[in-house]
Amino acid sequence: MTGYVVRRVLLIIPTLLAVFTITFFLMHATPGSPWDETGRPLPINVVETLNEKYGLDKPIWEQYGIFLWGIVTQGDLGESYIRQGQNVRDVLIDRFPVSLQLGLYAMGFALIFGIILGVIGSIKPNSLLDNFTTFLSVIGISTPNYVAATLMVILFAVWLNWLPTGGWDGALSNRVIIPVIALGLGPMAIIARYTRSSVLESLSQEYVRTARSKGLSERRVFISHVLPNALISVITVAGIGLVDVVTGSFFVESILNIPGIGRYFVTSVTARDYPVIIGTTLLYATLVIIMNLVIDLAYTVLDPRIRYN
Amino acid sequence: MENQQKILTSHKETVISIEESLPIYRSQSKQMLRRFAKNRASVISAIFIFLLAITAIFAPLTAPSGYDEVDFAAITQPPSAEHLFGTDALGRDVLSRLIYGARVSLMVSIMAQLVIVLIGVPVGIISGYSGGWVDIVIQRIVDTLYAFPSLLFIIIVMTYLQGTLQESEGVIATALSALNESTGGLLGVLIALGLVFWLTVSRIVRGEVLSIKEKEFVLAARAIGGTHRHLMFRHILPNVMAPVLVAVTFGIPNVIMLEAGLSYLGLGTRPPVPSWGLMIAEGVRNFRSFPHLLIAPGLTLSLTLLAFNYLGDGIREALDPSMRGK
Repeated sequence: MTGYVVRRVLLIIPTLLAVFTITFFLMHATPGSPWDETGRPLPINVVETLNEKYGLDKPIWEQYGIFLWGIVTQGDLGESYIRQGQNVRDVLIDRFPVSLQLGLYAMGFALIFGIILGVIGSIKPNSLLDNFTTFLSVIGISTPNYVAATLMVILFAVWLNWLPTGGWDGALSNRVIIPVIALGLGPMAIIARYTRSSVLESLSQEYVRTARSKGLSERRVFISHVLPNALISVITVAGIGLVDVVTGSFFVESILNIPGIGRYFVTSVTARDYPVIIGTTLLYATLVIIMNLVIDLAYTVLDPRIRYN
Repeated sequence: MENQQKILTSHKETVISIEESLPIYRSQSKQMLRRFAKNRASVISAIFIFLLAITAIFAPLTAPSGYDEVDFAAITQPPSAEHLFGTDALGRDVLSRLIYGARVSLMVSIMAQLVIVLIGVPVGIISGYSGGWVDIVIQRIVDTLYAFPSLLFIIIVMTYLQGTLQESEGVIATALSALNESTGGLLGVLIALGLVFWLTVSRIVRGEVLSIKEKEFVLAARAIGGTHRHLMFRHILPNVMAPVLVAVTFGIPNVIMLEAGLSYLGLGTRPPVPSWGLMIAEGVRNFRSFPHLLIAPGLTLSLTLLAFNYLGDGIREALDPSMRGK
């Protein structure tokens, strides 16, 4: 087990290196330069000065080496080309918590309501109630978060005037309600479906018969035998969902004017802001890798039958 | 003698009674169709998708007007008899744009799935069938690509492709870039989507192959001297297609949603080629004064996604009855 964890952790390094290398060369192979998007063409000598300032006049391998060396030795991601004087690492540190908080809230919402919907659906399979909860979850899967967000803004902010139309005021203001629901709807639907099917599967297992034959009440059987086993597979889905929600929040962030990482990334890709693109990609890749590791380890803790070598 | 006769007749009787009690034999595909037909939501969804596809394919005939036909006398009109879904800020008929937009959405999703299957299935089969170091190398690559946050990777690949397609020279490249240009940047979008999402399909296929290659019929085919290629593509491939079909059906709404999202951010198709995402983006900008500009494309998109999800459920249950209700 310890060996497995050590190996997985050590694998993070070559994986991140590969992510960095692919992103770096893909960005530099794309025709155009960071100075194309400034409105009108810059004079040649200005472009040359800019290239020199940011080291873009050096051979590509040297640029690659310098960039990599900066990351490895100082964790330095460089300076944004477009917003001059802004250190990319500082911006990420500033903005990432916003995206992360949104993601965590959305997943909390998705877990609570998804599990409730799934359990309701599993009480009487194929009944009217079950079909209704299934319908709700299909709606959740079929509504893109940008559509959900805008519809909610129209309904709750413009017509009913209950909530603000957007912005960010920290995690405890009512501004988070619309983005959290919009982001959480999809994962909620998926969690509901998984919960329903794994509760049904778990109900037909032998340990449930044993528990019943011990004379436990149905409620007791459900809470301490059926649900914990059913929720193991839900954990994986939730873990993957968290990554999707955090990395996929830029639609919602841009509609609702939330200062997270998503919007920042999109504008930097079209503007060829290499340091920002690479910084964001590395940050999200780290998140994906760590979440995948956590999910795999959570499995062994929750289900002692699974062992890794 | 008499006794023997008795045994014979009784034997005959049993045979007859067994035959009578046997269910009427149906071919496997007929059984699947019957199972599919029992699922009402899936059948309705299939009909909806069929009608949508027909309408989109024959868009010049079915749409009331062209997608870029401007009528300055009728700007941002609410739905009326003349313009069923109203008109947009340039006086273009919203229904016609939705129909042409369906072409974009359906084409992107089907082409992207084609790219996904063409990469994912062979890689999965080769990886699972070969085992050993081939499998290890392929799986390492797949794991590394999995670490890429998929949306960011799609955006990076897409900017690269669109830039390269515009500037490259040569016969094939020119043809490709002309195709890309005439579809408003669609080609770049679907290649990018395909290049990122083949991973999941290849994993599904590999898992299936690992169990199928140990089955008796594969062993039998090998025993009579089948080559590796023959085994992989004649015996194993047909048996992994069912889960692939399910993955493809569920993948289609995902791609439609992503394409619309990318167009929404201005990274997908470029105007004037209409895409549902572009229309939603235009609708969002003006939703306070003209809600119909957002509601029409938003609902169309959601209904289509709903239909594909129900269709996917139906296909999965039809192929594998043990998955019923999961």
